[in-house]
Amino acid sequence: MPKTLGKIRPHLTQDEQLLFELSSPGKKGYQLPALDVPEVDPASALGSENVRAAIEHFPEVSEVEVIRHFTRLSTWNYGIDLGLFPLGSCTMKYNPRINEAVARTEGLAWAHPYQPEALSQGAMEVVAILEQYLGEIFGMDAVTLQPAAGAHGEYTGIMLVRAYLEAQGNPRKKVLVPDSAHGTNPATAFMAGYDVQTLKSNDSGMVDPAVLAAAVNEDVAALMVTNPNTVGVFEENIVQIAGIMHEKGAQVYMDGANLNALVGIARPGDFGVDVLHSNLHKTFSTPHGGGGPGAGAVGVRSHLEPFLPTPRLRRDGELWAWDYDRPQSIGRVRAFYGNFGVLVRALAYILAHGGEGLRNATIDALLNANYIRARLEEHYQIAYNARSMHECVFSDVRQEKQGVRTGDIAKRLIDYGFHPYTVSFPLIVHGALMIEPTETEPKAELDAFCDALIAIAREIEADPETVKKAPHMTRTSRVDEVAAARKPKVRWTPQA
Amino acid sequence: MLAACGLQSVEDLYNHLPDEVLLKRPLAIPDGLSEYEIAAWFKDQAARNANGCASFLGAGVYSHYRPVLCDVVVSRGEFLTSYTPYQAEFAQGTLTSIFEFQTMICQLTGMEVANASMYDGSTAVPEAAMMAARITGRHRFLAAANLHPEYREVLDTAARNARLEVDAFGYDAESGRFDLAALEAKLDSSVACVIVQSPNFFGVIEDVKAAAEIAHKHGALLVVVFTEAVSLGLLEPPRDADIVVGELQSFAISPSYGGPFAGIIATREKYMRQIPGRLVGETKDADGHRAFCLTLSTREQHIRREKATSNICTNQALIALMATVFMSVYGKQGLRELASQNLAKAHYLASGLDLPFSGPFFNEFVVNPRGRTPEEANAALLEKQIVGGLPLGRFFPELSGSLLLCATEMSRRADMDAVKEVLL
Repeated sequence: MPKTLGKIRPHLTQDEQLLFELSSPGKKGYQLPALDVPEVDPASALGSENVRAAIEHFPEVSEVEVIRHFTRLSTWNYGIDLGLFPLGSCTMKYNPRINEAVARTEGLAWAHPYQPEALSQGAMEVVAILEQYLGEIFGMDAVTLQPAAGAHGEYTGIMLVRAYLEAQGNPRKKVLVPDSAHGTNPATAFMAGYDVQTLKSNDSGMVDPAVLAAAVNEDVAALMVTNPNTVGVFEENIVQIAGIMHEKGAQVYMDGANLNALVGIARPGDFGVDVLHSNLHKTFSTPHGGGGPGAGAVGVRSHLEPFLPTPRLRRDGELWAWDYDRPQSIGRVRAFYGNFGVLVRALAYILAHGGEGLRNATIDALLNANYIRARLEEHYQIAYNARSMHECVFSDVRQEKQGVRTGDIAKRLIDYGFHPYTVSFPLIVHGALMIEPTETEPKAELDAFCDALIAIAREIEADPETVKKAPHMTRTSRVDEVAAARKPKVRWTPQA
Repeated sequence: MLAACGLQSVEDLYNHLPDEVLLKRPLAIPDGLSEYEIAAWFKDQAARNANGCASFLGAGVYSHYRPVLCDVVVSRGEFLTSYTPYQAEFAQGTLTSIFEFQTMICQLTGMEVANASMYDGSTAVPEAAMMAARITGRHRFLAAANLHPEYREVLDTAARNARLEVDAFGYDAESGRFDLAALEAKLDSSVACVIVQSPNFFGVIEDVKAAAEIAHKHGALLVVVFTEAVSLGLLEPPRDADIVVGELQSFAISPSYGGPFAGIIATREKYMRQIPGRLVGETKDADGHRAFCLTLSTREQHIRREKATSNICTNQALIALMATVFMSVYGKQGLRELASQNLAKAHYLASGLDLPFSGPFFNEFVVNPRGRTPEEANAALLEKQIVGGLPLGRFFPELSGSLLLCATEMSRRADMDAVKEVLL
């Protein structure tokens, strides 16, 4: 009997061994041209002590085995190309394929970072225009594109704060982080040499200005605030919050992970933020690729500009030039100029949308999230009553009565053919289900998703065990993560 | 949909925001373009870059052939448009390929544990240094002067903010290798790790064994950095290192004006719990089948917050996958043959030229152009549609008369002859 559930009908998947198990001596999948120069004996050129023996157990497979191997593996995955991917705060929107095509344009993909500047003007123009457009979207005076990902952008931003305060005479000691923040925020502040003080959120899941005011003193360097915050709510006191910080000479850092809720509607630079990062692989549609590469653009107000990483682009007559003479700079945060190929994709996205299109995308993202909230509110407990922006967060309190937790509901959602929402985050919500649909989902997909979650809510009433043992429809049943951590096996070795 | 939300108009979606924060004008960004126009715009920009030139630039970014299969695999939507594999049951493809990646990096480097990737080689250096500081409880790093200068700058930035110290030790002007005596003079019980690159920034293969012996004698760890991953097809891996840091750009990753690339950190099993970033481990599913999942995540920021080993979250997964396909295509035999071709090309290019350093080199070397400055030599080469080498004076004032040149399997003999003609 074929198992069908919601939009799901199972099909056959190929089983597959690891490459090392498929290998046998002499098989090969490559071709190299005949050498057009004399061969060199490695031992005499390098010294025999510097020449290795064959790489033990390295793969030996044919070309067709390589393509089949990775194609089979791919069928065990789920991606946006297969359906809704509602991870909250991750902004899993459709990744337009034109972005991929232009990033592979020969003169961009094969540009060497050390080729002469006169022969890199096209690449530099891409960087310059993206800096300009992001500055306009952020409401910021200057943008650096050097950081390689969001957390790297956070790190850069907090180092900028330190450099600025140091130039004022005192780098200060602490960074304030709300208890609703992403884990990268406190980890970043610590890496940048600060102590972390956690701020308790108020009953609406927001930063409480009174709590903040009590915490800020001359030891505090910055507040790291996410806006909209991780419960998907706009921090309505943000202007007051910024005022409290600035009055004490401290800075406001904004984690821009949720910028997709604001583009074209409101600008962080206009509501008191001094420095923010934006994940170009979220808001600006470059693919997540199973966990990267990303890019973490950082925007700053003018007082932080002198401290930005080197080099900076500057206009030299008709040409772009890299300026390395930046005496107040924090230095480099990465070799070369950033994840350029990701920047190309983000700029392609902005060019495709234009100013009005970007604003429309924001509105659609807000509408989709509010639609999901409206459909699910009857079945799941909304975490906070405040208006949702681009994501909505529920709690599993009702389902917990049947012994079913958010993690179980997530696994059961897989059976219905959807990637789960973000599970158990933010930490301030009891058993959080954090849902962000993005603007690129059609209504039919949103409805199928809501139908699935409603069906699961009913299953929990009738038969909680089915949900607790999910997934049932997948090739791989529930994975034992505890066993993996108990005795970690992190590489393949031949069986004795 | 608005009605279902209980709203009248789209403005109702955001009019609860304080009026003072709302943007009251359109964004100053031109109207949207069609797919065709976007492609044409980027093509125009690309045409302003060096096109159709042969290039002998290396210095951390190498021109290697990219087997077609690499793009075929990473273009599959199931890989391209998936997320970090938190939901193991739905991400076995990504998890299995990362497990294979970790395994191949261990085989390649002679280490026992490798993570799922770092942003790039340069950012992996301070991560390794911080790891050494955690392991040893010490606060000073000694970096070889012939470490990639931009890697060194990234290390300096991170160390300054973490209130740790970086000190350099010099290189031997005759061999181009790090100066063992200079290293020994600076080693004491405050040093967490010694950082050397091999092949170093000058292309010279280092004496890793000697560095390990002397570092260990003082209780410091040895961090070995590589920027040219193809060299590991032929070179003895740094088995005496405690941490290996590297850049995989050579494995099918296009130069792309400096990124995105993929960095690695590999180490000994005993230091596994101090490694930053994602790790995939083997386990079983409820039916007893082999399965993979992210593991030891108690090291990571989303669990441990400010006590994490690093703040890294997004890494370079798709780029690491590209490198995994590359390693699978070339395999045991191919990687060695590829490395041998690089060796042969570079030694052909170098023969007869004025090389200031005597140490053994793989596919990159320092050369003093005869009768011309490096800049003049490059200008002469550009007239022949050749992008020459990297003038070293920018990073090493004492080498202002030198160029760093690189040859790979893609360097053609006719172009190399043209280069030799200018430099001889």
